Amino acid sequence: MNEDFDFRIDGRTVRATPGQSIMDAADEAGIYIPRLCDTEGLAPQASCRICVVKLNGRPVSACTQPAVAASEVENDTDEIRHYRRDLVRMLFHEGNHLCPICEASGRCELQAMGYRFGIIQPTKYPYLQPVRPVDASHPDIVLDTNRCILCGRCIRASRDIDGKHVFGYIGRGIHKRVGVNGPSLAATDVSIHDRSMDIETCPVGCIIQKGRGFFAPIGEREYDKAPIGSQIEQRGEDPEA
Amino acid sequence: MNTELMESRVAAICGKFANDKSRLLDILLEVQRELRCVDSSAMDVIAREVGSYRVEVEGMVTFYAFLSETKKGEVVIRLCDDIIDRQAGLEAVSRVFSEELGVEVGQTSSDGRFTLEYTPCIGMSDQAPAALVNETVITRLTPESARQTARALAAGTRPDALDLPVGGGNNAHPLIRSMVRNNIRHPGEVLLCDLPDGAGLERALGMSPKAVIEEIASSRLSGRGGAGFPTARKWQTAADVPAERRFVFCNADEGEPGTFKDRVLLTERAGLMIEGMTIAAYSIGGREGLIYLRGEYAYLRPWLESVLQERRDRGLLGAGIGGKEGFDFDIRIQMGAGAYICGEESALISSCEGLRGEPKNRPPFPVESGYLGFPTVVDNVETFCCAARILDRGGAWFARLGTERSTGTKLYSVSGDCARPGVYELPLGISVADLMERVGAQEVAAVLVGGPSGEMINSGQLDRRLCLEDLATGGSVMVFSEWRNILEIVEHFMDFFIEESCGYCTPCRVGNVFMKMRLQTIRKGLCQREDIDYLEELGKTIAMTSRCGLGHTSPNPILSTIRNFPLVYSVLLKEGGDGLQASFDIQAALEESRRLAKRRSMIYDPAYNSGP
Repeated sequence: MNEDFDFRIDGRTVRATPGQSIMDAADEAGIYIPRLCDTEGLAPQASCRICVVKLNGRPVSACTQPAVAASEVENDTDEIRHYRRDLVRMLFHEGNHLCPICEASGRCELQAMGYRFGIIQPTKYPYLQPVRPVDASHPDIVLDTNRCILCGRCIRASRDIDGKHVFGYIGRGIHKRVGVNGPSLAATDVSIHDRSMDIETCPVGCIIQKGRGFFAPIGEREYDKAPIGSQIEQRGEDPEA
Repeated sequence: MNTELMESRVAAICGKFANDKSRLLDILLEVQRELRCVDSSAMDVIAREVGSYRVEVEGMVTFYAFLSETKKGEVVIRLCDDIIDRQAGLEAVSRVFSEELGVEVGQTSSDGRFTLEYTPCIGMSDQAPAALVNETVITRLTPESARQTARALAAGTRPDALDLPVGGGNNAHPLIRSMVRNNIRHPGEVLLCDLPDGAGLERALGMSPKAVIEEIASSRLSGRGGAGFPTARKWQTAADVPAERRFVFCNADEGEPGTFKDRVLLTERAGLMIEGMTIAAYSIGGREGLIYLRGEYAYLRPWLESVLQERRDRGLLGAGIGGKEGFDFDIRIQMGAGAYICGEESALISSCEGLRGEPKNRPPFPVESGYLGFPTVVDNVETFCCAARILDRGGAWFARLGTERSTGTKLYSVSGDCARPGVYELPLGISVADLMERVGAQEVAAVLVGGPSGEMINSGQLDRRLCLEDLATGGSVMVFSEWRNILEIVEHFMDFFIEESCGYCTPCRVGNVFMKMRLQTIRKGLCQREDIDYLEELGKTIAMTSRCGLGHTSPNPILSTIRNFPLVYSVLLKEGGDGLQASFDIQAALEESRRLAKRRSMIYDPAYNSGP
């Protein structure tokens, strides 16, 4: 029961340890399963649904589903790519994602995911255009939840790593949003040095550090060089790396 | 109220629940009742007292519909805004309340006495239109009875002292005293017939726990909430997982629009349900039980508490049940607070833990790791009732009823356009046509089986059968006649899912809004064939990628009507051919530019074209 086992992703044999998620096993094998709410170092929450794969024909989230011995997982198929495109578009249209004027452009995981899936013009759905107030009360940080994709990475980083509970979900349904532990960000104990404020934590341009805008020139931004997921895929090409 | 007084009252409520963070929902409901809101300062006090965080408390308050940050009226009138109530005259009733109390729907009167609002189905579809006035249920409303009620309330009558008729059966019991009617139209031979008291538990206690589960397995009983999972397998898993504590939860959060059969069971078969829970506890080695009662059924709470107490007094709950040393089990009631999603078993558990009612990631399943991380059996009211009967009469007796995969009888809640709406207990596997005949439905155009998350069938499909093999249902059956507007019904239920989505996952939170927007465009006659493809594609993405049952089934109102009522859509579609998108309205698109430029467009203005 406690021995490593094999399963297959799109026909490729992948090794997994008991209890390991499909995503972690795929990462180690150099197979990229796209994700937005999941990131290294935080517990998975399976909310963005971009990582949905089919396990023996049944849709599951790869970040929370343990790999199953001898199972067949479908990841990069036409059908699943289609779902992922729809989900990425939904997130684009739910918030206000104006890439050309956004500080996160070029390092934004949502934008990069759009490019990876060939979404050049996200116009399939209507725009919901939220008009939530921007919280610029903190001396070092701006919070613009109109750009939030509700991935909850800041919530988990603050709670599980910083031990602070600066963020939390409030509201429900389409009105669900990220709130702060107090009347405004300035009233919380958040600090620019927290993990929740790390440039890697927020995948989009919702949490912005004051005085540090547009720091990388076009051409040198994270996803200017290679598409999102390339680092993981390179592991597959060169197992020694 | 001054700040100090408020703080001490809120702190006292927290203290009543031992400042236990997992009892946050109870605390918030009580603060809401006392202060008529849980405002910012109350949230701070609660967070401090129970050792939580203000943002977490706010997360709860903004999640549950029965909690509010702003102050509600002394009397809150919640008009049931289900499609059945609308068709039964909700609008006229709503207008009367509004006029008489001087308050619009969604608002609180300036003197703070009344709040008037809409709420999703309150489980009274067989006696619509209905309303909750604080915790008092008013049914079969007419503009006249609404006026009487509103005037009495305006004159200062307390909601529980309103002069209302009293329903039959236990509805007339002093602890219920409600005008709600049972409307039991057809008692079957398992649940609604005359029953012996306690025979199932007595027999179970003479058996080994293992043998009890085997008895359930031999009946092939499946969960009555709608999903149809084999009950014995659930119990067996919970019994097998090594654990210090095990829980038995009864899901009485009957929220699927059009369902009300659990209301009748809670009223007339509460003892049987508790007996079933006790049998489950015995079989899995559980000592703690909980009934999750939907907030709308708060009027049944004193009655249920009395049934629990009476069973404690008789030695059927508590320590050494039935004289059996070492078998200790007791039950408490957890009130819900207005969230359909809490009928999903893992969301129900989250809610009981003092969290937002969001489903949990699976695996692990609740039977392995549920409430507070312990194995938890969550079953529907009806399932527990069936279990008690199976232990009395034997699994073979039960399995003889129904079909191969769907054994026993099922309670159907029938509402809508029929002569005899109410509860019918019939063997599983009967046809919809058979049921339609019993309920006296004529000129049937559509039957919504299983509520909005189920399937809408057309009049040519009435030979379909009610069972897991064909149309699986938790019991909601809504009948619609030929004069009803199908797409109005569909749009109403998309609104319902948008309102009730917890918002955790992208497809259900966002996708359903897009589904509804496009449906509205179709209803305006501004769509083409491609728009149907759009709905089907988007609906499939939502169903395939959502995280829980709500999302999986939320596109069903649209998808099942595209399948079963194609004409309803096609008559509204525009023929293509001119190369323009049908939904594109050039005049509307130009309007803002015209306004800014303060002049008309030479090319597109119809006024220019029609000139000489």
